[in-house]
Amino acid sequence: MTRALVNVPKTARAGDIVEIRAMIAHPMETGYRQGPNGAMIPRNIIRRFVCTYDGAEVFAADFHPAVSANPYLAFSTRATTSGTLTFAWTDDAGLTHTASAEIVVT
Amino acid sequence: MRRLRFSVAGGLLAAVACGMAGAAEIAPQDRRSGADFMSAESRAMQAEDAANPGMLWVLDGERLWQAPAGAAAKSCADCHGAAQTSMRGVATRYPAFDARANRPVDLAGRINLCRTGQQNATALALDGQDLLALTAYVAHPSRGLPVTPEADARLVPFRENGRRLFERRMGQLDLACASCHDDNWRGRLGGSPITQGQPNGYPLYRLEWQALGSLQRRMRNCMVGVRAEPYELGAPEYIDLELYLMSRAAGLPLETPAVRP
Repeated sequence: MTRALVNVPKTARAGDIVEIRAMIAHPMETGYRQGPNGAMIPRNIIRRFVCTYDGAEVFAADFHPAVSANPYLAFSTRATTSGTLTFAWTDDAGLTHTASAEIVVT
Repeated sequence: MRRLRFSVAGGLLAAVACGMAGAAEIAPQDRRSGADFMSAESRAMQAEDAANPGMLWVLDGERLWQAPAGAAAKSCADCHGAAQTSMRGVATRYPAFDARANRPVDLAGRINLCRTGQQNATALALDGQDLLALTAYVAHPSRGLPVTPEADARLVPFRENGRRLFERRMGQLDLACASCHDDNWRGRLGGSPITQGQPNGYPLYRLEWQALGSLQRRMRNCMVGVRAEPYELGAPEYIDLELYLMSRAAGLPLETPAVRP
């Protein structure tokens, strides 16, 4: 189950630069830690984050084991047309967690 | 080795001894939330819902609030409605006296009593993710409201026990909670500010934990820090301490889910 918080301005004027924030609940287990029984805890991290705006990719990031749990990203894009921003986090198992938000551009 | 240990502990005790003259409770006008001791960046992280990782647990708590549970197949919402209104102010009054248990219970304990008594469900694991999420969700509508401990006379002996435990020296370093959090809160320890040990933001997201944690977890941390044996998980001593801490925090705004370094 995905627990994610995304923050996109509800409205913007065409040409405005808008700030977008996205956070997902994820342990970001590094794979370098031992559990209580001495066995290594298998790595489980988000590998890649992609944000698309109206179908076009506007921001992407590769994650590595040093990123802390519940990673938070803030970035900006230029408001062009009213549409949907979709957020996708892909983890080590290849599973993709998604969230989306609407923006109205006037 | 022996020499080293003495130098570390000795330095700490010397710092503590200097402040011993003022061994008294913090005056109401001097009470300061732990947030006041944080960096501007951490304060901004707490203030902004989109950046506060504790909100992920609040989000999860909302799901649990709506989900039917137990043999009664009732959800929290079936009786209590919308938490935004029905739970507003509740967290500022806890721990509160429970007549059936004949002792005070904290907010997490209250939720578990509701689960076993009303929903016929099993109690949630103490300090487990679900109980933390529900507690954060129930406390969240009280954010910004002042801590207002109950005046219930039945709470007095438990609160007094809490004060006794707070002022009792413990562990190999022989320090009481009060040695740092009453007497030396203006100082620093190992580069970090010593705070007043105020409980007004729990459950909170600690950056060091990379997770939401309870006040009991924080108290266990402190006890391990002074090399004392922590009380068992769910021990009544924690509730008594929390009662005293909340009376000591009266008037401070509730910050759940707070962020702390």
